[in-house]
Amino acid sequence: MNTFEWTLLIWLGSLVAGFLGSLTGLGGGIIVVPMLALGFGVDIRYAAGASLIAVIATSSGASAAYVKEGFSNIRIGTFLEVATTLGALVGAFSTALLSTRSISIIFGMILVYSAFLSIRRWREQGEISPGSGPADPWAIRLKLNGCYPVPAGSISYQAQNVATGFAIMFGAGALSGLLGIGSGAMKVLAMDQTMRLPFKVSTTTSNFMIGVTAAASAGIYLHLGYIDPGLSMPVMLGVLPGALLGARRLVFARPRDLRVIFTAIILALAFEMIYKGLRGGL
Amino acid sequence: MKVKIALSERVWTEQRVEQTVGNLLRFGVMLAAIIVLTGGLLYLIRYGAAPPHYNGFQGEPSDLRSVSGIVADALSFRSRGLIQLGLLLLVATPIARVVFLTFAFARRRDHTYAIMALIVLALLVYSLAGVKF
Repeated sequence: MNTFEWTLLIWLGSLVAGFLGSLTGLGGGIIVVPMLALGFGVDIRYAAGASLIAVIATSSGASAAYVKEGFSNIRIGTFLEVATTLGALVGAFSTALLSTRSISIIFGMILVYSAFLSIRRWREQGEISPGSGPADPWAIRLKLNGCYPVPAGSISYQAQNVATGFAIMFGAGALSGLLGIGSGAMKVLAMDQTMRLPFKVSTTTSNFMIGVTAAASAGIYLHLGYIDPGLSMPVMLGVLPGALLGARRLVFARPRDLRVIFTAIILALAFEMIYKGLRGGL
Repeated sequence: MKVKIALSERVWTEQRVEQTVGNLLRFGVMLAAIIVLTGGLLYLIRYGAAPPHYNGFQGEPSDLRSVSGIVADALSFRSRGLIQLGLLLLVATPIARVVFLTFAFARRRDHTYAIMALIVLALLVYSLAGVKF
C-alpha cells in the first residue's frame, strides 16, 4: 500500500468518525484513536495527535450549525467550560501522583454503569418531558434554560442539579487531563443524567465544549511532535465533512436512535479503558 | 445619545451572538480546511507513491513543532508546513470563539458570563504557554 491509498482509507474512516462524533457529542477522536492504532498500526502518540485534530474539527464544524439552529446552549456551555478547563488542568498536574492504570479501570466501570443508566432513563420516561420538576435556584440565577427545535416547533427546558453537574464536569475535565481521552462521554452524561437536559441539547452542547478542551492540550501535543501533517491531513479533511453531514442529520434523528448509538460507543470505550488499565497501554 | 446606546444594545441579541459564533466557527474551519487541502494535494503529489511510515515514533522535525517554523515552511510553500499552518488555524478557531464570547457577554452587560468566559480564556492561555513560537 502506498501513501496515496493509505491516505484515502484514513480519509474514509475519518468521514464515519466525524459523522458519529457530531451526532453523539463524543467528538471524532473516540473512533479515530482505535482506528489508527489498531486498524492502521500507527504509533499511539501520532494517533493521539490526529485524534486531537479530529475532536477540534468535529466540534467547530458541527457547532457552527448547532449554535445557529439553537441546539447548543452557549450559556450552559460557557458555565460548564469553567469546570472542565479547571479540571483538565488539575488532572494534567496529577498524572505524576496517581496511577493512570487504576483510574482507567474505574473510568471504564463508570462508563458501563452510565450506559446502563442511560438505557434505563430512556425506558422509564421516554424523551417527552426532560427537565420537568422543581426548578434549581442556580439554574434560574444563571439563566441555564432555553428551548430547542423539534420537527413540530420548539421545546423549552431548564437545567436541574446544577451544582452536582458542575462538580461532575470538573471530574470529567480531570479525567480527560489524566487519561487524554473520554471528555465528551462524561460531558454528555453529566448534562443528560444529572442536569436532566434534553438528549440533543446535551450532545450538541458537549460538541460545543470539546473543541475548547482539546485546544488546551494542542500546544503540548504540537511541542512534543505528536501532530503529524501527513496523518492529520486526511483525518481533518475526512472528519469535517462527516461532522457537517452529522449536523444536518441531527435535526431529523430520533433521540432514541441517538441514545442507542451513544450507548454502543460508550460501551466500546468502557471496554477499551478497562482493557488498557489491565494491560497497561493499548 | 441615549437612543444610540439603546440601539447598539438591542443589536446584540442572543440570536445575533449565536449567529456570529456560528459564522466565526464556520469561517475558521473552512479557511483551515482550504489550507490543509492545498498542502495535502502538494504532499500527495510529492509522497503519494512512497510507502507510509507510522509504525514507530520519531516525533516531528523541530520546524514543524513551533509556530514560527511552521509559518516559515508554509511561506516557502512546503506541503507539510502548509498542512501544519492549516491545523494551527483549526486549533485557533475555538480559542477565537472564547475571545469573542468574552466580548459579547461584556457588551450585553452579562457580567457573570463575561467573567466565566474570561476564566476559560485565562486557563486556555495558561495551558498554551508551553507553545514554542
